[in-house]
Amino acid sequence: MKKKLLAVLFVFTILLSTLSPVCFAENEEKDYSHLKGTSINVYNWGEYISDGSEGSLDVNKEFTKRYGIKVNYTTFESNENMYNKLQSGGANYDIVIPSDYMIAKLIEEEMLVELDYSNIPNYKYILPKYKNLFYDPENKYTVPYTVGMVGLIYNTTMVDDEVDSWSILWNEKYKGEILMFNNPRDAFGIAQFLLGQSVNTHDTKDWDKAIELLKEQRPLVSSYVMDEVYNKMEGGEAAFAPYYAGDYLTMADVNPDLAFVYPKEGVNYFVDAMCIPKTAENKEAAELYINFMLEEEIAVANANWICYASPHALVLESDDYDLKGEPVLYPDESETPKTESFENLSYDIQNYMSQLWSELKVEGNTNIDAYIGLSVTFVLVVAFAIFKVVQKKKRERYYD
Amino acid sequence: MGKKSTLLSRVIGAPYILWAVLFIIVPIGMVAYYAFTDATGAFTFDNMLEIGKYTDTFLLSIWLGLLATVISLVIAYPLAYIIANSGENRQKIMMMLIMLPMWMNFLLRTYSWMTILEDNGFLTTTLNSVLEGAYVILDEAVKILGGGLKKPFEPIHLINTRGAVVLGMVYNFLPYMILPIYTVILKMDRSLIEAAQDLGCNKVQVFKNITIPLSLPGVVSGFTMVFVPSVSTFYISQKLGGTGTTLIGDIIETQFQTANNFHLGASLSFVLMILIFICLAVMNKFSDDDGEVII
Amino acid sequence: MKKKSLFSKIYPVLVFGFLYAPIAVLILFSFNSGKSTAVFEGFSLRWYEEIFRDTATLEAFKNTVIVAVVSAVVSTVMGTAAAIAINNYKLKWFKQATLTTTNIPMMNPDIVTGISMMLLFVFIGALFGKTGTLGFTTLTIAHVTFQLPYVILNVLPKLRQTDIHLSEAAQDLGCTPIQSFFKVVLPQIMPGIISGLMMAFTLSVDDFIISYFVSGTTSQTLPIRIFSMTKKRVTPDMYALSTLIFLAILVLLVVSNIITARSEGKKKSKKGGA
Repeated sequence: MKKKLLAVLFVFTILLSTLSPVCFAENEEKDYSHLKGTSINVYNWGEYISDGSEGSLDVNKEFTKRYGIKVNYTTFESNENMYNKLQSGGANYDIVIPSDYMIAKLIEEEMLVELDYSNIPNYKYILPKYKNLFYDPENKYTVPYTVGMVGLIYNTTMVDDEVDSWSILWNEKYKGEILMFNNPRDAFGIAQFLLGQSVNTHDTKDWDKAIELLKEQRPLVSSYVMDEVYNKMEGGEAAFAPYYAGDYLTMADVNPDLAFVYPKEGVNYFVDAMCIPKTAENKEAAELYINFMLEEEIAVANANWICYASPHALVLESDDYDLKGEPVLYPDESETPKTESFENLSYDIQNYMSQLWSELKVEGNTNIDAYIGLSVTFVLVVAFAIFKVVQKKKRERYYD
Repeated sequence: MGKKSTLLSRVIGAPYILWAVLFIIVPIGMVAYYAFTDATGAFTFDNMLEIGKYTDTFLLSIWLGLLATVISLVIAYPLAYIIANSGENRQKIMMMLIMLPMWMNFLLRTYSWMTILEDNGFLTTTLNSVLEGAYVILDEAVKILGGGLKKPFEPIHLINTRGAVVLGMVYNFLPYMILPIYTVILKMDRSLIEAAQDLGCNKVQVFKNITIPLSLPGVVSGFTMVFVPSVSTFYISQKLGGTGTTLIGDIIETQFQTANNFHLGASLSFVLMILIFICLAVMNKFSDDDGEVII
Repeated sequence: MKKKSLFSKIYPVLVFGFLYAPIAVLILFSFNSGKSTAVFEGFSLRWYEEIFRDTATLEAFKNTVIVAVVSAVVSTVMGTAAAIAINNYKLKWFKQATLTTTNIPMMNPDIVTGISMMLLFVFIGALFGKTGTLGFTTLTIAHVTFQLPYVILNVLPKLRQTDIHLSEAAQDLGCTPIQSFFKVVLPQIMPGIISGLMMAFTLSVDDFIISYFVSGTTSQTLPIRIFSMTKKRVTPDMYALSTLIFLAILVLLVVSNIITARSEGKKKSKKGGA
């Protein structure tokens, strides 16, 4: 009898526990009033949130308005930039939104805390195919923010060749009109796709080949850029720029001459996700913020503003979503390019890569003018010094 | 009483001495410490050895900095002289006009040069249409003579060149050259000039033998104030320069902001600091010598 | 008055043209109705509205003013005290050493000063196992440090010019050394202190490079904000902001010049009357 009762109770609790999130999550608003007056530090990519410009929704302001939590919002321009700030320990962040390979690195180096997904009920809206991805296989640390691919943006008024391959970035004809990524991973990625290597190769010889290719390209590149690419491409300052697909849509809004292609050799596929660093001081508010970012209204506002593809189920169905079915973001099966994601590299390979990258930056500077100029200056200075000494001696002799 | 005032001055000077040790001397020690250690904190020369790779970058930085400084001097000296020799009200207005741009953030001033120098910018397009016109005329002239220019007209680029970087440096730091020279000329003892004139010197001789030597301290301090920021800049070369103008400041900034190699960055800074101190010492030596000559 | 040569008339115009060309471009584009900083589409005031909506920029402006005021006051007080002390030091080598140290932040490239302080702060933070050391405090410390030499070098020459007999006379007449300082010395060196303060304030407002390395998440100043904005798509709102700053400074300078001109005029007329 007792056993039976226990069994009933057991079944009942199981039922309750499986039902409870569904029943309660909707109507039970957790009380966050004790967080009022606190603040969180959010560290995100530049141009990566709906910020209230041009009548859009100011997401951070909305968050503060609703919960009374201040948002200190700062931006970085590359994953490496973010890692550097986080690792140096100079600043504390409650939320960072890096890309996949960098997240894997942060997890490996134990720089992130596990999320309490029960505080993020809206996580259920994330499409299943964006859960348990390679960078966070057990899905303990991350909530996807955007997904996207790298492609090649070009200006149709300046280019008359057919554009379908990364190799056009090595075409002498466009010398001085090519922009290139100013971060090692993305820049190497392009060379590696062209060489047919894996972007995650651990063979230093492969990296040597890739750097050779980049060094070859360097004289043709007008500058290495990140978000400066907007002004340059919109203003028609360059013919080519490899960049993230979503940003092309933003640029094409301003300059309709721009076109976009996924080169045939393959492109990088990335996921940017929200995570909480170990040094976070306001984890509860950070989780609240993540949950807030997943609310339908907020997520739609962000997706419309950023123009990257969204992993959020409600966004994709929403009538307010301007980019529904946009082929650049959501290509058909047949149109989908070959993709590969960046994975975390071993420490040695990372070092090797960043060393090669530093070398590329100073490679092949023709410094003849500097040599000549400095030697002339040196000769002049010495001659002047001798002249002075001689003059002085003469005078002394004169006075003697 | 003397003792009392010494004691008092020790007491009121103490906070500053403490501050200077803590925030001027110790940080430089930190740079040295990072320069000679690796990630584990062990002593190493590796960072210093790696600097060899950046010799060219150092040379280029010094060269462009020197060029910018000399151009600033050439522009600033006549202006400072003219201002110092004009009426009181005109002086005030002109000095105000020189100080005013310094209140605009230099990042923005540099950025707006970028919009001017861009290929579709105002200056480049005007310049190119003028040049193209001249080229067409020249082409016609050559044709009449029975030839023809071989190459078609190639528009010039202003942005992403070393010239643009030097321009940016001159533009941003020019006031630092004008101010000290102006001050020195203004404070110059006019009776010396009059005496020289009385002794039969003409204008050129007065300028050469009195004005220039007497204004040298101003030139030296202007030289320093333009040279140091020019050599170590990173923003100007990033915005106005292209791939061929990576300066030492860029490399240092990268080590600290993205490459996460504080040790290499520190050793580069250490060397930069020493190089600049050497340059300044040489400069000061010169001005001292001249000081003796004048007296 | 000597007759001005043509060169001395034209040359300043050319240089000023060079100095003001980019500023003119900047002001022009602050009124652009389009988003671009290169193509002028039409006149509008939208970017001026935009800056007052942009909370981050306003916050940065507030931070800039706070840091500038606090650091300028601290460095002026400490620097003036230091200048007096240095002026009184009897030990020659100690005086020389102090002066040389004082010169270091002025001679050192800003980037080196910035990273040296950052390394110190981060190192101390790591020593105590703390992260997030960079913030308002470190920013203010760094600003005070690079302002100090300018304050000291503005006050020192004034101190050398003061007549030591005056303060001795005051003490003979029964003033304590402190009283004689406040009644006799301070008024004489006041112009130096004020110009030091002004310089410190200006340097703080304008500094980017040092702040770039030592500021944290909550202490972004306007130059840092501008830097991160020029790293991405630049819209004319930054131009609008600097136009406003430019106009404010212009008005301030013109007004202060008029006031000094008037007071000088009064003095002159008084002298003339007497």
